[in-house]
Amino acid sequence: MSILLDENTPFIVQGITGREAVSLTRECLDYGAGAQVVGGVTPGRLGRQVHGVPVFDTVEQAVEHHGGPIQGSVVTVPPAFTKDAVLEAIEHGVELIVIVTERIPRRDTAQMVERANEKGARIIGPNCLGVIVPDVIKMGGIGGPAQDASKAYTPGPVGVISRSGGMTTEMSSTLTAAGLGQSTAVSIGGDAIIGSSYAELMPLFEADDQTEAIVIYTEPGGRMEAELAEWVRENDSRLPIVAFMAGRFMDEMPGMSFGHAGTIVEGKEDTAAEKIARLGEAGIQVAEEISEIPDLVKQKMGATA
Amino acid sequence: MAGTFIDVELTDEARDDAQLAQELEDTCPVDIFANREGRTEIVEENLDECVLCEMCVVAAPPGAVRVLKLYDDTSLER
Amino acid sequence: MRFFEYEAREIVKQAGIPVTDFGFATSADQAREIAERIDGATVIKSQVLTGGRMKAGGVQFAETVDEAAEHAEAILKLEINDHVPRGVLVDPRAELEHEYYAGVVWDGIRKQPVMLFSDMGGIDIEEVAEKHPDHVGRAHFSTLRPLSDFQAKEVIAATGVTGRPLTRITPILTRLAELFLERDMTLAEINPLGELADGSFVALDAHMDMETEARPRHKKLLEDLGVGSEETRQARESTEFELAGEEVDAMDHRGVAGNVTEFDGNLGLVIGAGGGSLTLFDAVRAHGGDPANYCEIGGNPSVRKAAGLAKLVLEKPGVDKIAVMMSIVSNTRVDIVARGVVKACLELGYDPAEKIAIFRVPGAWEEEGFKILDHYGVEYTDRSVSMHEAARRAVEKIPSSA
Repeated sequence: MSILLDENTPFIVQGITGREAVSLTRECLDYGAGAQVVGGVTPGRLGRQVHGVPVFDTVEQAVEHHGGPIQGSVVTVPPAFTKDAVLEAIEHGVELIVIVTERIPRRDTAQMVERANEKGARIIGPNCLGVIVPDVIKMGGIGGPAQDASKAYTPGPVGVISRSGGMTTEMSSTLTAAGLGQSTAVSIGGDAIIGSSYAELMPLFEADDQTEAIVIYTEPGGRMEAELAEWVRENDSRLPIVAFMAGRFMDEMPGMSFGHAGTIVEGKEDTAAEKIARLGEAGIQVAEEISEIPDLVKQKMGATA
Repeated sequence: MAGTFIDVELTDEARDDAQLAQELEDTCPVDIFANREGRTEIVEENLDECVLCEMCVVAAPPGAVRVLKLYDDTSLER
Repeated sequence: MRFFEYEAREIVKQAGIPVTDFGFATSADQAREIAERIDGATVIKSQVLTGGRMKAGGVQFAETVDEAAEHAEAILKLEINDHVPRGVLVDPRAELEHEYYAGVVWDGIRKQPVMLFSDMGGIDIEEVAEKHPDHVGRAHFSTLRPLSDFQAKEVIAATGVTGRPLTRITPILTRLAELFLERDMTLAEINPLGELADGSFVALDAHMDMETEARPRHKKLLEDLGVGSEETRQARESTEFELAGEEVDAMDHRGVAGNVTEFDGNLGLVIGAGGGSLTLFDAVRAHGGDPANYCEIGGNPSVRKAAGLAKLVLEKPGVDKIAVMMSIVSNTRVDIVARGVVKACLELGYDPAEKIAIFRVPGAWEEEGFKILDHYGVEYTDRSVSMHEAARRAVEKIPSSA
């Protein structure tokens, strides 16, 4: 199986007529079984088509045209309009919202997440590339064009969670080359506040029969890794976890952020060194190099089998 | 003058086609073609930005536009 | 983006929180005028965006107007942690009955803002939280619903504060929480919040950080405070090299080729994307390399921009060769990056095969990219060579000169 979505998950693309959204739509339609992109929304563009996908002015029109609930939405509208687009999607019953847009202030993200929580919706991102179930479906730009995504991702037992979109693919490709496929790979986004953290996705992987191990990519900034370590300790997880920590050099440069907005170190627990220690205490092995990850995963999977 | 990596060739006939000039200007995502009073002009500083999308080749009649890849001596044409 | 104290206090004041009758001066004469207006004992405080002012002698007490002017003169010349002061704040000296702390920050795990309060003000709140946890009150609050005073009241009462201080501080903490959201702050802190002899309260120091991404929303406020859009207010001032990197990135709106940070080393890096750059920078250092810079390529930039970035790095004094490395790309195109870095070498009159120590950018359009690199004899690798191995090869070719 997979987490979050499968081949039967219809979704829309909000902001579908933008440059990046047009290619993202093509990629999703081409990949695996072919995503059911049942509509796009760009205000004022009703009646157009993008790669055969009908464009609407509102989410409501898209839902009406589809004739039933639409589970997902990929949001790729400019930062100033993202919050409104997401609130609109939530209002019309969308349950899984992938926010691609970067540079969204935390207040907006917090508002979107709060509203999503009230309505039982889940947000992935912002500042992410989306979710991929290898050879089945992808929702978002993750992995790029279908033939490129097929090179990096193969079906298998490893769940991947990453704060970097590009590194999701790099790590999955390394796993694939070592004969370890992925159950689902999730690019969770590089911001200080994101809709779904490692610890919030873990129960989904825990409940997924296909998943036998987890690989995560982490960075300095925030308490998400500490939260994961706590979750692992409290929940006696069946899933071994291998982590990779980038941005260790940042520990020497407090107050500066590199790579992603969320890497800003604001407290003692935010540093790479502190996180590595915390993950280690929870039994999560931290690899020194990406290329070590497959062997560590195999060892750990062997140990639990 | 050609770019470092890319050059574009147009037949004389195609170059003077006013309708095509507009179409090429509208089509190219990296602005390699400009419509100068009904004549197609190649914007040389944009040649190396070519993304090999072939949209110009498709927009023009067969044989009218060739995109030359100078690094491997092949071309996009029809 | 951090505000100077005088700006932060102005923001607090605009939110309806009482402040002292302070003034901001950039010369000793201006400081004297403010001290004359205050007509009493004053405190002269250096306006720098760094901690440790008190220790460095950047805060001085004056009894007379002359003394105030003298202190201002000295403090204006005093560099603190390499920061030249923007000016001095001249503050009437307040006789305090008690010092409190009021603050608001984001909690990234709960994804909500949290109000903090302590009856032990004037010192670092993290220290108080560690040593005297029962003296810190906190509560998360909604970003969707309007705040109500009782939320602040509960936080304050939790520290044992009652009586008139409780009723007087409650609206101050509520206003601080409101301003935190309205102004898109990542930190809003009043420390100390002073209780005067007459039982009134006043913000004696304030620390405000606005989220960089939200700056466009607060143009009016920033304009009123005189904060120019060119002021990045990063933890350290941008170098010329870094500013040149920003110019490269601003050449057009396609993708990113910038986010440059200068380092002292000799190994020129043209790397990407966000997470890839972090990984590669670490990898180069782990293998004993000495980077000349950090940078990011992402979102499929134009050839022009990629070339501009590569040129900037190649021209940096001490840099002989560049390593071009990225994690597997899916949006950015390998051939476009290859064109950019090759073009940079050619335009500077160099042989790309000589100047590009290694090219490790696998992914979208790699076959096309590799053709370009073959043509120019540049050494490249595909994804079978790991990022760390590529970094190792780069360091082998460009050993640290230190």
